[in-house]
Amino acid sequence: MVFTSGGTEANALAIHAFGQERRLLIGATEHDAVRMASPDHEIVPVLPDGSLCLQALEAALQREGGALVCAMAANNETGILHPLEAIGTLCRQYGALLHVDAVQVAGRQLAGDKRLSVAGLTSLAVSGHKAGGIKGAGALILGAEGHVSPMLRGGGQERGRRGGTPALPAIVSMAAAFGLAMEQDWSLIASLRDQIDMTALSCGARITGDRKCPRLPNTTSLILPGISAQTQLMMLDLAGYAVSTGSACSSGKVSASHVLQAMGLEDDAACAIRVSLPWNITESQVEGFVGAYVDMARRLGKKTA
Amino acid sequence: MRILVAMSGGVDSSVVAATLKQEGHEVIGATLQLYDHGQAVSKPGACCAGRDILDARAVADRLDIPHYVIDAEERFRSSVMASFADSYARGETPVPCVACNQGVKFTDLLSMARDLGCEAMATGHYVRRVEGEGRAELHRPADLSRDQSWFLFATTQDQLDYLRFPLGDMPNKDAVRQKAQEFGLAIAAKPDSQDICFVPSGTYASVVEKLRPETNGAGEIVDETGRILGQHEGIARYTVGQSKRLGDIHTKDGRRQIVKRIDASTRRIIVGPKESAGRIEFALRDMNWLIEPSSDGVRCHVQIRAREVSREAWVYPLADGARVVLDEPAMPAPGQACVLYQGSRVLGGGFILS
Repeated sequence: MVFTSGGTEANALAIHAFGQERRLLIGATEHDAVRMASPDHEIVPVLPDGSLCLQALEAALQREGGALVCAMAANNETGILHPLEAIGTLCRQYGALLHVDAVQVAGRQLAGDKRLSVAGLTSLAVSGHKAGGIKGAGALILGAEGHVSPMLRGGGQERGRRGGTPALPAIVSMAAAFGLAMEQDWSLIASLRDQIDMTALSCGARITGDRKCPRLPNTTSLILPGISAQTQLMMLDLAGYAVSTGSACSSGKVSASHVLQAMGLEDDAACAIRVSLPWNITESQVEGFVGAYVDMARRLGKKTA
Repeated sequence: MRILVAMSGGVDSSVVAATLKQEGHEVIGATLQLYDHGQAVSKPGACCAGRDILDARAVADRLDIPHYVIDAEERFRSSVMASFADSYARGETPVPCVACNQGVKFTDLLSMARDLGCEAMATGHYVRRVEGEGRAELHRPADLSRDQSWFLFATTQDQLDYLRFPLGDMPNKDAVRQKAQEFGLAIAAKPDSQDICFVPSGTYASVVEKLRPETNGAGEIVDETGRILGQHEGIARYTVGQSKRLGDIHTKDGRRQIVKRIDASTRRIIVGPKESAGRIEFALRDMNWLIEPSSDGVRCHVQIRAREVSREAWVYPLADGARVVLDEPAMPAPGQACVLYQGSRVLGGGFILS
């Protein structure tokens, strides 16, 4: 394991260390931390339900040249899971390396019997704050012993694999957060998420991908057709609920989501908000949110009707 | 009341937000992201937002009001930048600020304000909104050196009813800066914005030539008989009525020459002596009336350029525009606005047709 400053660095380190002299195959819905760290990547498309297209992956692996495949365990905007077992099998079959961006699942679904185990995994990136840890710690978990070419040299920390003093308090809190996540009742959170989904559906919204496809227990992506995500975000924010749309730059400007576009959503991609529930969400908070959502949908829905 | 303030990150709209907040209103700040700042200043890696948005955000933080950045890039590109370039390609001289106020600000942002349950939207424009009989009136501001009423002629009555312009009564800019200082806003001494916002430092012709390559390239300068007098470097660099950029032709035959016409199809600039150049009558398109005009014509003052005195005229409403008859000849430039005033009040306006 190499401790890093967070998920972005862990992903970048994996691509730096294992991507040299290899073709980089990345999923179409990968996070910018992966997209931007691999400027010369080839995109592997996703299916309309958001999961990685295995046929396309196999076709890409059949082409010449050793590859590093980067696939996220779960998507940050939709919560949709990739079929990691099958991806791992294909990678082994074609001798490709596999890096998994597990930032969204670590501390959520690594718990209990859903422990993430993919045979032949090269590396896996996690970040502590996603599970409630202090911001500033993440890790690249390596599938095998051996040296990893560092991005930050000097210092010699992390056995020469990452220079710079590790942020010990944040690392300890990451460990504590992951530990507590193992005891979390995720089915309770999933039921609260489902409550939000059902309300949204009754207001004329759609769920990105499909309600039944494998998803994180705490995340959903709601499309309210014809209502700009920006307006939804503002209305919910004024009501006291922070949701997100696509990915925001430092100014807060929202740009079109490459994730939703990759899933084939066109105009609707601009009408989707992501709702994710923290580990300490309460039932009454969800009720409050549901009320605000219904108010918003009623108010804005009138306009388009 | 709940009120949305269009915040540009400059002194004026920041003071508007601060003032309304102080008056006890529930203020929501919104800043439009109109273009990619990094691309506009040709510095790859510069933030898409640029300094102004970050300034607006800092002011909102200071005032403790919610603040949102709204991506209007696509709409700005299609409704403002593209028509700006199209207009030049037709040989006109457009006013992009009018198109922006009309579309991105007073249509899109205003409808967002309504969605958010706001009772009004305020901006930092220097104009006065006066409660008239039943409906609001648009007037020139107290500080005439800052007058923006000419740029706002296309504001519809419905929009005007909803809008607020708290700076219209400010005596001058110094007083506004003084207020900014009193509110403790870091941007109190920020320089005024100038020229066209999406054009870096006055090189608008190169922006037009990038968007509409056909306007690029040299052409002939001719007199009214078609005699070739010289060459020019692109029609976008000329406006009807100007005598700049004519080189030696500027004073041909001992008489001051000016641009009389721009023929986009042949890329020709047609010049003529200044004293013979004026016109009494011209037509307007896309007329916006803020009064019920009499079909017998409206006696008023018209202003045909951003910075120019107004002229006495009769204006006759037509189905999709108006006909203007000036008392004295002038040089109306196609694409510019012709705004009608009675005293300080804006009666309406339209765009000058060729």
